[in-house]
Amino acid sequence: MINTLIDKKNSNYYYYLLAGIFLFSISILDVVLYSFFKINLTIFLPDILGLFLPLIIGFAGLHLIRIEYSGIKTIDLINKNINTNNFNAFLTLLIIFAIVKAAPPSLSWMIFDANISGDSKEACTGTGACWTYVKVWFRRFMYGMYPNDLHWRINTAFILVIGLGFFGFFLKDSLKKYLALYYVIIYPIIAFLVIYYLISGGAFGLVWVETGAWGGLSLTFIVSFFCLIFCFPLGMILALGRRSNLPMIRYISVGYIEFWRGVPLITVLFMSSVMFPMFLPEDFFMDKLVRVIIAITLFEGAYCAEAIRGGLQSLPRGQYDAAKSLGMGYWKMHIFVILPQALKLVIPGICNTFLALVKDTPLIFVVGLAEIAGMLALAKTNPKWLGFAMEGYIFAAIIFWIICYAMSKYSYNLENKYKTER
Amino acid sequence: MSEPIIKIENVNKWFGDFQVLKDINLDVGAKQKIVVCGPSGSGKSTLIRCINRLEEHQKGSIIVDGTELSENTKNIEQVRAEVGMVFQQFNLFPHLSILDNCTLAPIWVKKMPKKEAEELAMKQLTQVQISDQANKFPGQLSGGQQQRCAIARALCMQPKIMLFDEPTSALDPEMIKEVLDAMVNLAKGGMTMIVVTHEMGFAKEVADEVIFMDEGMIVEKSETKEFFANPKSDRTKLFLSQIL
Repeated sequence: MINTLIDKKNSNYYYYLLAGIFLFSISILDVVLYSFFKINLTIFLPDILGLFLPLIIGFAGLHLIRIEYSGIKTIDLINKNINTNNFNAFLTLLIIFAIVKAAPPSLSWMIFDANISGDSKEACTGTGACWTYVKVWFRRFMYGMYPNDLHWRINTAFILVIGLGFFGFFLKDSLKKYLALYYVIIYPIIAFLVIYYLISGGAFGLVWVETGAWGGLSLTFIVSFFCLIFCFPLGMILALGRRSNLPMIRYISVGYIEFWRGVPLITVLFMSSVMFPMFLPEDFFMDKLVRVIIAITLFEGAYCAEAIRGGLQSLPRGQYDAAKSLGMGYWKMHIFVILPQALKLVIPGICNTFLALVKDTPLIFVVGLAEIAGMLALAKTNPKWLGFAMEGYIFAAIIFWIICYAMSKYSYNLENKYKTER
Repeated sequence: MSEPIIKIENVNKWFGDFQVLKDINLDVGAKQKIVVCGPSGSGKSTLIRCINRLEEHQKGSIIVDGTELSENTKNIEQVRAEVGMVFQQFNLFPHLSILDNCTLAPIWVKKMPKKEAEELAMKQLTQVQISDQANKFPGQLSGGQQQRCAIARALCMQPKIMLFDEPTSALDPEMIKEVLDAMVNLAKGGMTMIVVTHEMGFAKEVADEVIFMDEGMIVEKSETKEFFANPKSDRTKLFLSQIL
């Protein structure tokens, strides 16, 4: 009797499938009803049994579904991926139940019981999140202490910088060969001038705003942007230097890379703001933000260098031989043959470094610059708004996630675009 | 024989403690075709890689077309621009199209105008019969086609000397012929060639001289007919008996 029940080679396996799906659905339904609507289907059972019943029913259901080949696409997919044996079926159920149990409280906190209206703490009457806090502080989170009526200057500067960044895409084919030159040298200079004159001001009738007042997400962008475009060429030079035949250059590169990889970023930032000015002549002044950008660039340059070196090492020696045998010197060989291939290979590694860089920017808080996470830390200690740290950090987490996800998506695109057959 | 275009005198080379080349002396006249053969590890590849200084020799002198190979990088680049080389593994640049592979060096090393370089490249690609593949990438071509492209690429620099480092060893038997045909055509055109190969048929057809190397030394060097008809040393006889 038992044997015939479990024997799924039976021609009417179809009934087993139906029974299995039915049991599985019942178990999910029970958990969903209970956690979303507080309806307890198993109220008539003892507590302990009611707790385990969905698990048992679901398990039985999955067991019945588990058939070598059913011909039904979804079922086969389930069997292959999450229902391969009893243990996996058990884990699958546990994970599904955990998600279902966790969804209602988080949803109600974030959305259903949350407040967003009003503009003071008192408007938050619900038990959920107080998005009013984020709304009221939004401009601070975006622009820091930058004067409210001057925010258009930041916006204009960003639009200009982004626009100039896309400039390369519209270039005529005949000018494409100057693209690298544009992005490595001309673009950073233009971007610097735009940001300097528009956001800092002090010329063309714009009021001077000192960098101490900059902050929020815009500062995150400014710091990340300059560090990214400067640390890449630096990393490239260091990677080539580390593989150079000239011992002097090689040792300098190795020393540099190992030094910067050996110290924590936070101490580098401290040094840049506390120690560094001591070595400068007295009347020489360098802005704190500039010092921080230089420090992060030097630091991340070492990581970039190692990522790029990995790519250089993975190229077969024949590529070097072929380029040399055609009479190319060191620079021509690297610019036209080696680097185009190596850089393609290191896109994932470089992306990794860049993501780390963006997520390291909150550390500039230690030298008194408040980008978005720093502004949060300031805002949460404001006496009028005590107790809303959670909302702020979730907001920042979402923003960082969007930035980083966009970057990694872009890197996947680049990878696909430059993929060539070997 | 007129003034030799390649003069190799007492060349010695070590990899660490291991001596790969022992007192090599070799003169190659203009338009001469020389086939170098020998067992693996005998130093044949190293020898021809020394001629365009992909490997450095430690003792002796190599003079190519009046320029002595030394530490001077200017000299080396000048020599390399005049000496074309074809490799066992093709070594095409996979990120460039076939045409770009051929025009890259003429444009950037010889400063040839782009249009002229492309015309030259198409001419050379037609010579090796792959002009219809010009816009494909190396990864899309068969081994034989890739190797013929590599020959065309080297010829685009209009070299005086061509070096071949086992050009057919990485190919399917079916594709060997198409590459050898291209090389035979080149030889008939009067190019100075040094070919490391095990294709004895090719040697018989085009070579003026055959050199047999073993353990870093030139064991035998004689006219092609003489080499195959009555080899002098026992080592050569043994090698030929195994390979023919």
